[in-house]
Amino acid sequence: MSRPINDTLLVWGLRACGAVSGSVVLLIAVFVFKEAWPALREIGPLRFLGADPSWHPVEGVFNLTPMAAATLAVTVGAVALAAPLGVLSAVFCHAYAPRWAAGAYRRLIELLAGVPSVVYGFWGLVVLVPLVAQWRPPGASLLSGVLILAVMILPTVALLSEAALKNVPRDYARGAAALGLSRWATLWRVVLPAARPGIATGVLLATGRAIGETMAVLMVCGNVVQLPGSLLAPVRTLTANIALEMGYAYGVHRSALFVTGVLLLALVAGLVLLAEWLSRGDVRGTAHG
Amino acid sequence: MNRDAALRLTAFDDVSPRPAPPLIRTCCLSVHYGAKTAVRDVELDIAEGAVTALIGPSGCGKSSFLYSLNRMTDLIPGCRVTGAVRIDGTDVCEPGVDTVLLRRRVGMIFQKPNPFPMSIRRNIELPLKEHGVRGRARRAEVVETVLRDVGLWDEVKDRLHAPAQGLSGGQQQRLCIARALALEPRVLLMDEPCSALDPIASGVVEDLIRRLRGRVTLLVVTHNLAQARRIADATGVFWVRDGAGALVEHGPTDAVFERPAAEETRRYVTGLHG
Repeated sequence: MSRPINDTLLVWGLRACGAVSGSVVLLIAVFVFKEAWPALREIGPLRFLGADPSWHPVEGVFNLTPMAAATLAVTVGAVALAAPLGVLSAVFCHAYAPRWAAGAYRRLIELLAGVPSVVYGFWGLVVLVPLVAQWRPPGASLLSGVLILAVMILPTVALLSEAALKNVPRDYARGAAALGLSRWATLWRVVLPAARPGIATGVLLATGRAIGETMAVLMVCGNVVQLPGSLLAPVRTLTANIALEMGYAYGVHRSALFVTGVLLLALVAGLVLLAEWLSRGDVRGTAHG
Repeated sequence: MNRDAALRLTAFDDVSPRPAPPLIRTCCLSVHYGAKTAVRDVELDIAEGAVTALIGPSGCGKSSFLYSLNRMTDLIPGCRVTGAVRIDGTDVCEPGVDTVLLRRRVGMIFQKPNPFPMSIRRNIELPLKEHGVRGRARRAEVVETVLRDVGLWDEVKDRLHAPAQGLSGGQQQRLCIARALALEPRVLLMDEPCSALDPIASGVVEDLIRRLRGRVTLLVVTHNLAQARRIADATGVFWVRDGAGALVEHGPTDAVFERPAAEETRRYVTGLHG
């Protein structure tokens, strides 16, 4: 018996969609590698990864590690702030807030998620940086970047955590109530652990956004190439490096910026693998047998 | 039973003397969902240590009645309970009653087994910890005792750290019963505990219910009339009357099945007689 024509069309349509999006990602990666290849061959990966003293591409010095460190520092700082805040706000919405407050709060968070990053950067530049500068100059610093990024990724963590909490079967909460567990114990010992895979996904997506964010960090971090020695030191991230120098770079310098891109891709790929590994553990832990 | 409650029970019994005071007594108990009344004016006495089956067609309020006995109805939005449920002399419907304490003493088993997504051991240890059972050795002892009580110990003793969701449906249900028993409840409410299980697992749970007779007071909602006959000392029959569920008959199981007083019961149990 042959399949109905609709079904066949749908299957091929879906295959085409999958192939297009898959090949776009692949092509971008291949292109970035191809452009980075001259610099990698000429200079060698070791000099990018710390053998050179600093980043002065015009003079032929290509150390990317200060910027990789800055990217990691900004990301880790932002996630460390946003993850607990986001998860707690989701818990508040889910279990404690009255219905109207939860609804209003959710709208607000959704709005926060929709603000363009350049607007965050602009706000950071004219409000946050002067504030930090008042406390400890120069203001444009790792700290400003961490704060701005934390606000930017907070909605991702909060919205996905709340969705994860909503997806926890009501049976668990009911069973916990029937065992005489308090609301606190039900939430922290039963519901949150059950929602952990979803919350972890939210935090990892937020981390991905933080690593890749360019405009806002470029506007508030000060962009000095140096290892982040303190929270108040100005730093330059890998993304900002590409955006700042792409306009005038040529030759090996241009290729070196693509190596920066390769390093970013590697960081994000590492994150995806970590996420896979974590969620595989969760599937095994809760699989139905 | 504390002295105060005992006194009140005695006073209560002076009105209508009985040989042994019932552990649970409901008076004019009604459960409403918004404007709709699910169960109306249930008057039921449950003797301590007995197994009571609650039977009747779907939607006649058996489960609503069961849920009102340990205030699980509090969790249902729009649900309102009127009347009184005296357990051991205390009206558990009073607003001041500590539901955490109440549900520790009046446990509940659901139709669908609901072990938490954690290890077998932790499923039992978590409620123990939350109810203040201190000491790892003491908790391990309780875990072994209750798992032996439900006949699960030999099946799981080598994988107590394994996820509870990996157990079969019948094992999961017995784990849930063990988890409830760990808190040493006086009453265990069971809402169709076997209807999601295959016949063999269902038989194992039935045996378990029979073993618990005398130690815990059991109320079992069931759609399986044969099961009610096998396990229950007393049986209550619910039926829809005037648009709301009502208790139309209650008495010793044999009497309910052999000499039903209500017309509805007679029609309902003839299904069993063939």
